[in-house]
Amino acid sequence: MERSSDAAVNAALDGAAKAGVKTVWERYQAQLPQCGFGETGLCCRHCLQGPCRIDPFGEGARTGVCGATADVMVARGLARAVAGGAASHSGHAKHIALTLLKSARGEAKDYPIRDDAKLRAVAARVGIETNGRDSKAVALDLATKALAEFSEQEAALTWATTTLTQQRIETFRKLGVLPSGIDSSIAEVMHRTTYGVDADAVNILLGAVKCAVADFTGCHLGTDLADVIFGTPQPGATTSNLGALKENAVNIALHGHNPLLSDIIVQVASEKGLVDKAKAAGAAEGLNLVGVCCTGNEVMMRHKIPLATSSVSQEAAILTGVLDAMVVDYQCIMPSLPGIAECYHTKIITTMPIAKITGADHIELEETKAKETARTIIETAIAAFSRRDPKKINIPKVKSTAFAGFSLEAIVGALALVNKEDPLKPLIDNIVAGNIYGVCLFAGCNTVKVTQDANYLAMVKELAKHNVLILATGCASGSFARHGLMTPEATNQYAGDGLKAVLTAVGKAAGLGGPLPLVLHMGSCVDNSRAMDVAVAVANKLGVDVGMLPVVASAPEPVTEKAVAIGTWAVAAGLPTHLGVVPPVLGSPLVTSVLTAKIKDLLGGWFIVEPDPFKASAALLAAMKERRKGLGLSA
Amino acid sequence: MNQIFVRPERCMGCRSCEIGCAVEHSKAKTLFAALGERPAPKKRLFVELADGVKMPVLCRQCEDAPCVTACITGSMYRDEHNFVRRNEEKCIGCWSCVMACPFGVVAMDPERRISVKCDRCHTRDVPACVSACPTKALVLIDTDTFTKDQRRQTILKATQGR
Repeated sequence: MERSSDAAVNAALDGAAKAGVKTVWERYQAQLPQCGFGETGLCCRHCLQGPCRIDPFGEGARTGVCGATADVMVARGLARAVAGGAASHSGHAKHIALTLLKSARGEAKDYPIRDDAKLRAVAARVGIETNGRDSKAVALDLATKALAEFSEQEAALTWATTTLTQQRIETFRKLGVLPSGIDSSIAEVMHRTTYGVDADAVNILLGAVKCAVADFTGCHLGTDLADVIFGTPQPGATTSNLGALKENAVNIALHGHNPLLSDIIVQVASEKGLVDKAKAAGAAEGLNLVGVCCTGNEVMMRHKIPLATSSVSQEAAILTGVLDAMVVDYQCIMPSLPGIAECYHTKIITTMPIAKITGADHIELEETKAKETARTIIETAIAAFSRRDPKKINIPKVKSTAFAGFSLEAIVGALALVNKEDPLKPLIDNIVAGNIYGVCLFAGCNTVKVTQDANYLAMVKELAKHNVLILATGCASGSFARHGLMTPEATNQYAGDGLKAVLTAVGKAAGLGGPLPLVLHMGSCVDNSRAMDVAVAVANKLGVDVGMLPVVASAPEPVTEKAVAIGTWAVAAGLPTHLGVVPPVLGSPLVTSVLTAKIKDLLGGWFIVEPDPFKASAALLAAMKERRKGLGLSA
Repeated sequence: MNQIFVRPERCMGCRSCEIGCAVEHSKAKTLFAALGERPAPKKRLFVELADGVKMPVLCRQCEDAPCVTACITGSMYRDEHNFVRRNEEKCIGCWSCVMACPFGVVAMDPERRISVKCDRCHTRDVPACVSACPTKALVLIDTDTFTKDQRRQTILKATQGR
């Protein structure tokens, strides 16, 4: 199997292989074969009487020591994965909420409110009085209200009830899966899956769904407050891939997920003092910032900083020999980085108190002096520049143009240029007419188990050909950006006639002189909330539930617990949701059938597990067809 | 005669057999104590993956064993149970046995610079790998019983399409 479909990544890896540097692909080979009990979810380590394994062939153990069946074991494992994902997104969101609180109190001068309109829009949505009030007062109330969402409250989560359709909220309420606290839902999953609590697989799965709804809430809250502090993204052009690294500049990669530090680094990187220092160190082109993974998406959508590479290929950025520092916050940061960096001059700089890596330099973000922290980090990178080994320089000459920053606000703004009174009407009319057959949100990661990007590339071409409007977040965004699919040219090349006409009409109205890009970059993985906002806006406009729309989701190359959580809330929101890697559930026929079939009766959405990208595209098109028929549209 | 047979369709790739083997060949013979031993105890069978199939590969105790033939010092020998074993005192680390083994299951011990192979757990009734297998992908069966069962399966396949 090829390691990557990305020529830049393969070129960097080839150079590394000659130097004997081992990356994630070699580490994966060393793990093979992987344990089938783990692969099927039939392994439990939740108590000290274990570890237990169940023999799926029935000759050995049929239950764990406690008596847990395969169904219970698999359901518990899945629920804990959802809790892990929800903890990550909501940890990110809580961090931003705490920073907004400090900002409102005047304790974090480097975090002024950059988007007053968004502040007031979000505040009004969650029931905070905004009329005639000072921004700081509104921000203080908003941050306080946001932080209250994390612990257990009496009422259901405001960020859920005010962002989803009312039909959906009622469905959640009836099933008992409408959470009233984000952290408390995560804690509840840990409680019900510990020794001797919930031993009914379907009930455990409902607990997982509840936690996933809490995850959606955390994602939405994170997106909202990041926009308030750093600005709501607007579309613009940038470049993507390892070719964005410059031989004659101090290259700094911003990697992880949270914009709290990375955005500040972008803000100070244009300061003359720092640029002069870089030039004085011998870097004629000064400072060059690039992004990796979702921090990369955050600074790409707001500041058009080039995205160097994505999660699975993060090590490749170091292998170019010109990366002077990789600044990381949290999530998806491989612990291998300092070991790889040892073979080069690259400084790995950890910045968060909960995410240190042995062998890395730690320069901790303090919100009260964020710009100062950012400057120290840039100076550390400049100091590393002089230690480059010219013999190790290998920058793949591969880069693509990418348009990024299609927030809901930006999409509605573009549509308003077509129809000012009723911006959603052109979108809905075209869905009705069949020019847009449906909408697919691509989300998730790249995985070492699939040739990097292969599934994304095959599926996007197949779906676009059938006039499916494509949205993307997270490392799905990265994949499409690196392959030049976030461009008007890609629309001309791959979109079906109906989709091409719509994207061209909107693009021309927006003054682009050509079509909108084939894939609309909606942001990082917390920004899957933005895609849900689009679906909810359309559903509310039509007076139907999201589960009736020809809207689907796909994570063709998933890795993380966060992807499991997002996939679960996508299903809970009513979306047919594709996974391109088999999750560890096949050990339980019951759980497998609930997730892939029976859950449809409860929530409208279901999981489509299909490693083959062409079969997966066909399954998603079939799901959209069914939805179109349900709405009485041409199918 | 009892032989270790492998049923690849049952192998989960969990490597419990590898761990059981290494522990059996440790000084302490318990997992927790064996973890600290130096040189580290070595496994003598290998769970491998090829074309999606996982399977433990282990010494077949060949009747005409190439490793014994290849051994120039007499370190490799056949014992009283007909098991092919190795006298580590005589091993000079020439790796002739490693090259000769058609199954690739004579390994090199990089710390002690001698060859290592399965001794069929000659002091145990049931080999450690067989005991450790949670799905009975590794089984210890009398060869005559095994072949008789295979012959019966052949009849069933031929007559009932099973």
